[in-house]
Amino acid sequence: MNINKNIAVSDSGFVFNPTTGESYTVNPIGVEIIEMLKQEKSINEINQVLIGRYNADIVTIDKDVSDFINLLKLYSLIENQNAA
Amino acid sequence: MDKFRYERPLIKKLESSMPNKFGMRTEYAPKTHIDGVAVADLISKYGSPVFVLSEKTIRSNVRKARKAFETRYPKVQFAWSYKTNYMDAVCRTFHQEGSWAEVVSGFEYDKAIHNGVEGSKIIFNGPDKSDDDLHKAISNNSIIHIDHFDEFYAIKEIATNLNITAKVAIRVNMDTGIYPMWDRFGFNFENGQAWDALNKIMRSDVMELVGLHTHIGTFMLSPNAYSVAAYKLAELAIGVREKYNHEVNYIDMGGGFASNNTLKGGYLPGVDISPSINEFAEAITSALINSNFRPDKLPLLILETGRALVDDAGFLLGSVLSNKRLSDGRRSTILDIGVNILFTSFWYDHKITPAQPFTQYTEETVLYGPLCMNIDVIREQISLPLLNKGDHVVIHNVGAYNMTQWMQFITLRPKIVMIDIDGKPHVIREGESLQNLLDVEKVPEHLEKFEL
Repeated sequence: MNINKNIAVSDSGFVFNPTTGESYTVNPIGVEIIEMLKQEKSINEINQVLIGRYNADIVTIDKDVSDFINLLKLYSLIENQNAA
Repeated sequence: MDKFRYERPLIKKLESSMPNKFGMRTEYAPKTHIDGVAVADLISKYGSPVFVLSEKTIRSNVRKARKAFETRYPKVQFAWSYKTNYMDAVCRTFHQEGSWAEVVSGFEYDKAIHNGVEGSKIIFNGPDKSDDDLHKAISNNSIIHIDHFDEFYAIKEIATNLNITAKVAIRVNMDTGIYPMWDRFGFNFENGQAWDALNKIMRSDVMELVGLHTHIGTFMLSPNAYSVAAYKLAELAIGVREKYNHEVNYIDMGGGFASNNTLKGGYLPGVDISPSINEFAEAITSALINSNFRPDKLPLLILETGRALVDDAGFLLGSVLSNKRLSDGRRSTILDIGVNILFTSFWYDHKITPAQPFTQYTEETVLYGPLCMNIDVIREQISLPLLNKGDHVVIHNVGAYNMTQWMQFITLRPKIVMIDIDGKPHVIREGESLQNLLDVEKVPEHLEKFEL
């Protein structure tokens, strides 16, 4: 799975895609996930990081991370999802 | 180390379209308590979903409404509109506050009698009054508001047989400048039907004309329409006095005042555009006082206000069953509250808030109910915080027309709880059980057994 490396992400959750000119807001946990995707972490690795940091169960995190990644794909911020 | 509070990840596209010039705020301020009782405790004790009524709000509403009219007009009487919410506990709260009963069927009439309302303080409205209903109402000295001529002749015959003078009024429909004009109930003012009916009553020796009634519409946003209606009823009453030397005891302006709900398609929220009870009171009482009634002969003013007195006293608490993503990327959330128990979601964009605090992040969401039916949509679009499975929500302004129009469809109807003025919850209607339904079903003998 390759996140578009050109994407600019600010600490406050502002995301800019220079290829399309579109902007997005992301909440803090979303920023963390995007940063981990940039580091080429797998979904399983991301889930493990989040479970260690937040008070939620693995089912909730797995479901929500998948949904979030699908949205990134819908917004063309992820180029493909084969590596998951 | 303590873990951080979890919030699901969210990404929201920034749209470059025109911002809303009214700058609507999203409704994420949580409603955690109702009259001091925690929503979480109510759901834990009574289940989810559950209707919750505030006795304190009902009493406060009816007192404010009485004050609005009584400070402007010398003789005022409220009559509780049973169809709006006929839970016994609700009706009795209104009766304790001095309201008579206003009913529109034999069933509602019996309920008012069961609640201990004197026959003479029951107003019987509506187009459906059977001969048995009329017999009962005439015998109990109740006030019958005649809807059509077939009813007039039925009353005449029954009252003659009983040798009792029936106390009657007519319902009058009229053009008050609003659309749609409700002309299906009662007798029309403009085309002379109302006078036809009044002449027949005045010439009958088994009926006494005690009042005049109108009910110009529902969820009315124009106080001026009531002013027009009050002038027209006053004109009829004064005409009766001049022609027959007969004074009517009362003018009944019906109900229809809007509540704070937002009608579907409304540009602004109901809370910003619904007139206050004071505005309706000013319009009606000014019209009556400025009419040609002699100051010492002003008739009693009866009001059958329902929705405006009970809507904001009702809450529906529920829980999130699931979050889903629709094909176009929109978020959808499934609640355990369906249109079967929230009938008013067909008319209103109900205010819905979470029952627990969240961060400032919100997401546009479609809210679905739990029914396996495509029509089961509670809100087509609402901006809500990032709700998770099991989180609770509070639907506001549901006190009117839901606990009477709800359907036993697919799921069973839930409990209704009323919080008293001391903050103590009481179950006022048990949740339905399968047995409740089986009790009224019958299976023919040849269908009792089968093999699969």
